[in-house]
Amino acid sequence: MTKRVNNEVVFSVKNLQKSFGDLQVLKDINLDIHRGEVVVVIGPSGSGKSTFLRCLNLLEQPTGGEIWFDGENILKYTKEIDAYRQKVGMVFQLFNLFENLSVLGNVTIGPLRVQKRNKEEVEKEAMELLARVGLADRANEYPSRLSGGQKQRVAIARTLAMKPEVILFDEATSALDPEMVGEVLKVMRELALSGMTMVVVTHEMGFAREVGDHLVFMDGGYIVEEGKPEDVMTNPQHQRTKNFLSKML
Amino acid sequence: MFGLNFGFLSKYWIYYSSGLWMTLKLAFWTLIFSTVIGVVLGMIRVGKHKVVNTVIDMWISFIRGVPVMLIVFIVYYGIATGLPSFWAGIVALTVNSSVYIAEHTRAGMQAVNKGQMEAARCIGMSHLEGNMYIIIPQAIKNILPSLANEFILLIKNTSIVSVIAIQELTYKSSIVRTNTFRAFEPLIVSAFIYFTVTWILNQGVRLLERRLHRND
Ligand SMILES: Nc1ncnc2c1ncn2[C@@H]1O[C@H](COP(=O)(O)OP(=O)(O)OP(=O)(O)O)[C@@H](O)[C@H]1O
Ligand SMILES: [Mg+2]
Repeated sequence: MTKRVNNEVVFSVKNLQKSFGDLQVLKDINLDIHRGEVVVVIGPSGSGKSTFLRCLNLLEQPTGGEIWFDGENILKYTKEIDAYRQKVGMVFQLFNLFENLSVLGNVTIGPLRVQKRNKEEVEKEAMELLARVGLADRANEYPSRLSGGQKQRVAIARTLAMKPEVILFDEATSALDPEMVGEVLKVMRELALSGMTMVVVTHEMGFAREVGDHLVFMDGGYIVEEGKPEDVMTNPQHQRTKNFLSKML
Repeated sequence: MFGLNFGFLSKYWIYYSSGLWMTLKLAFWTLIFSTVIGVVLGMIRVGKHKVVNTVIDMWISFIRGVPVMLIVFIVYYGIATGLPSFWAGIVALTVNSSVYIAEHTRAGMQAVNKGQMEAARCIGMSHLEGNMYIIIPQAIKNILPSLANEFILLIKNTSIVSVIAIQELTYKSSIVRTNTFRAFEPLIVSAFIYFTVTWILNQGVRLLERRLHRND
């Protein structure tokens, strides 16, 4: 993609491990994520992709290794966790829009209640964000009245409202009807072009190839292979990558 | 069925109205207290403190396993012996109702999708803020109908405190029965009053539910 990826490292993940009881899901993950970069994570079901993302924003507490964000070891955080999460947004497979709030309420509640910003300014920004994802006319609707694709676009606007440095996408289009995948990918593509740092778990190989700057193939709790999406996809080095890709493409 | 005579009402209607008033007062205060206690119990129960949860669970299953009338006796004759019967009755009914409300609260909180709290945490809310702004508003919507139903049950349950001579509707209708030497009609009248009150409340609950689900 024609945009500049900085050399500045936002995330530096070192020997990351995560176990649930006896089950070690992440065994040894090492990865640097640069500002403005779109890192696409692929891999078979159960390989730990979601767990990896959830470790990055501390929804899960890693059981080993280090995660550095903007030069700080976030695994040392205790009280700072809530403030940290404002900088790292997350978009879920099942949207998780706040069901008790309108579309506008979903987008404004973070800036209003967490960042305690001025209401007028927040609402103005929220309307701009909704316009950006093409949903300005649905601002007063409740989530239950929206289609899946619309919900996901609201969820993206909700995340953007916090002005995060990085956004994590966990299979943001997997729960959508096929005809709605495109509208969400379009928003994600525009976001990538605007220079947002993104970590994207997805099965959309076209998106990975076109928008991704770096492709990571995970399997069995390890990063088995990584590199430029084009290279990994056309010329995978490991047998497991080949097997996986042959099923996906 | 023949020879029913409601003529006594012209003289005794005041017994029914004062009895009904007492019934409503009992139900009202019990609802207030048991809601506060039950919601607090239920919210604590949703937390992760194992020992506390076990104690609450034991309390709830104990109260559910004991007849309400026995609770009334225990409170009035055993524990709160200094209390006027009116308040002893309310305490006993509160002990009973609050455990059901605690269960409704727990269920109502747990019925809120787990992803809601995660999304709240992901925009930087603390656990407390997530509860305040996201989980509890949704839980209230789940709980309100069962709370209203609990109130309807309460209207009927208050009849039990007639055993400690609180002069509510059932107690009064017994007096009317004794005074008029009529067995059937005085009871029919009080049954009709209970039914009317609960029926009206039921309609209210339905309206409430429809309003709550407007945005679903
Ligand atoms: N909270 C948890 N408790 C116990 N086990 C968990 C938990 N979360 C995930 N796991 C397990 O960790 C493994 C990896 O799960 P994860 O969701 O990270 O995989 P994934 O790569 O995202 O898979 P998918 O493509 O199906 O989403 C699975 O075996 C899963 O059962
Ligand atoms: Mg997953």
